[in-house]
Amino acid sequence: MIEVKKLVKRFGLKTVLRGVDFKVQPGEFVALLGPNGAGKTTFLRILASLSRPSMGIVDIAGYSLPKQAAAVRARLGVVSHLPLVYDDLTAEENLTFYGRMYGIENASARITEVLEMVGLEARRRDLVRTFSRGMQQRLAIGRAVLHDPDVVLFDEPYTGLDQDASSMLDDVLQTVAGQGRTVVMTSHDLARAENLATRFDILSRGVIAASSTREGLGNGNLLTFYKQALAG
Amino acid sequence: MTESTLTTTTHRPAKSSFWKAIAAVAWKDLAAELRSRELLSAMLVFSLLVILIFNFALELDIATRRSVTSGVLWSTFAFAGTLGLNRSMAIEKDRGCLDGLLLAPVDRSAIYFGKVISNLAFMLIVEAIVLPIYSVLYNTNLFQPGLLLVILLGSVGYVAVGTLLASMAVQTRTRDVLLPILLFPVVVPVLIAAVKASGGYLTGAPMTDILPWLNLLIAYDVIFTAIAFMVFDYVVEE
Amino acid sequence: MQAKPSTLKVLDVVSLILLGISTYLALVFAPTEAVMGEVQRVFYFHVATAWVGMLGFMAAGVSGIIYLRTGDLKWDRVEIAAVEISLVFFFIAIVLGSIWARPVWNTWWTWDPRLTTAAITQLIYIAYFMLRQGIEDPDRRARFGAVYTLVGAVSVPITFMAIRLFRTIHPVVIGTESAEAQGGFNMTADMRVAFFFALFAFTVIFVDLFWNRIRMGTLADKVEQLKLKVMQ
Repeated sequence: MIEVKKLVKRFGLKTVLRGVDFKVQPGEFVALLGPNGAGKTTFLRILASLSRPSMGIVDIAGYSLPKQAAAVRARLGVVSHLPLVYDDLTAEENLTFYGRMYGIENASARITEVLEMVGLEARRRDLVRTFSRGMQQRLAIGRAVLHDPDVVLFDEPYTGLDQDASSMLDDVLQTVAGQGRTVVMTSHDLARAENLATRFDILSRGVIAASSTREGLGNGNLLTFYKQALAG
Repeated sequence: MTESTLTTTTHRPAKSSFWKAIAAVAWKDLAAELRSRELLSAMLVFSLLVILIFNFALELDIATRRSVTSGVLWSTFAFAGTLGLNRSMAIEKDRGCLDGLLLAPVDRSAIYFGKVISNLAFMLIVEAIVLPIYSVLYNTNLFQPGLLLVILLGSVGYVAVGTLLASMAVQTRTRDVLLPILLFPVVVPVLIAAVKASGGYLTGAPMTDILPWLNLLIAYDVIFTAIAFMVFDYVVEE
Repeated sequence: MQAKPSTLKVLDVVSLILLGISTYLALVFAPTEAVMGEVQRVFYFHVATAWVGMLGFMAAGVSGIIYLRTGDLKWDRVEIAAVEISLVFFFIAIVLGSIWARPVWNTWWTWDPRLTTAAITQLIYIAYFMLRQGIEDPDRRARFGAVYTLVGAVSVPITFMAIRLFRTIHPVVIGTESAEAQGGFNMTADMRVAFFFALFAFTVIFVDLFWNRIRMGTLADKVEQLKLKVMQ
């Protein structure tokens, strides 16, 4: 579903990604882990078509970036640590707006469906301004899956959430992933990633340093694997 | 948390039409502004304050105001305009909404034109309120069709360049101060032509004197809308 | 560190010699103008520096467009070089013009189209540097810079036309003169020699400075690159 080959990203003279190879099968849930500054967000922004690769190949759902960006965008949902929703619109208006941007037909039925999924049906006519951080983040997820994308990218979705909000987000993430979607999530919260993902990739110094499926971890837990990858 | 029953084919986005996307962006801005009125009230109060300052700075008595009215009006619009443009783009940047817009499968220029329409609407609303107030305060009738045309043409040019430059300004460290510095030197032709044409209508100058300025305004509007259309990609894409 | 190309070294020397000859022609060789007296001699360098300012202005616009098309940071360095040279030479032209205008027009400054346009161009350049200063990412800095030079390059001629619709008192020495212009004069053959030689000399000086400045930008980038290598 996602295929990245020898991806290089430079910002001026600084090289952030130095030849990332990354392949995700349909339906996989990949947690992309790594220390701060390893290039996780940069990598995800490239997958999201928000940033152009300096070199290398990025194919998503059979379309290549940045050439076929519009086709990729139609099949892609993105949740970042910023909510990407407007404070002065209601939850419903936000989704209506994005529904129009994505050209979704029969949008109101779909909006109700999505609001139920993220547990905001009761607050649909309330301004986003009045929402808690957790509710805003759930709305952001609703926004991201509104057009029923094949691939969903999460960039540090737990940033700024308390325990309750985080566990509620777990449920939503599981629902999103459970609908046969391909998911890539960056996080520095190993425990959350361990519960959700089917595969763990460690990004370090601009390359994928190690990769393991859940089964491949064997007896050792994610933390040991993570530390080994960074040390090696 | 309810399990949703999804049929993966029904919601596959159709190719979103260019015009629909423009309308969606403009609608979103107007709906949000209608509710908060933050931007409009700031622009409006600021406009009135600028007029107040001009009133004392220039001593707008009956003799002088005939010659300076168009200058005062356009200075007011230009100053208030940067306030609105900055705010309108800052809203997109602050909550990451600009990324949200860029993630949609629509042409980037649709985002630009949507923002131009809403920014133009804000500008025209402020002008529509300032004009009668100014008319009452200084006992001059500003509601002449010719003058309204000039205001429309001038605002289009101002907003066409302003929206482009505001999109750049909000992405810099110095964004709060940068927009007027970027905008004013390149929008000089609009201000000259608009002041001259408005002044022409207000003093009852013959059409042959006003026409060159109208032509200049139209030319500027067309040229800069075209340029912004061509370069907007470079301003929002990475 | 690569050595300075020998062509450039030769050009440096030639520029200096040309500047010397041009100074001689302007201050000694050319006859004193009958009405204005010695101050008219400013004219040769005034026009020549304004000419270089124009060259730089056009070079900046063109390299901005090329940068946007190619995305090659080399053109960004060319653009900065052009803007800097144009900024300095327009400034010199304005100062020389003021020195001339004081006795001839009886004022340091008038809001004449050329003067005002030159001043607005200076403001655009200053805005250009302020814009660049506020951006960290070199690619974005280059893109925004190029977009702004393009906007400036198109607006400045329109500004000139707009101000020209007002009446002008700036003399037009070459081409037709408007009836209101003050301080115009007819050039004698010797004046022509000094005038065209100054134009030629300053064009060579422009090429020399331009080349040196581009080379400096390239070297500065190399230094940055080496610094980054050492730090990693």
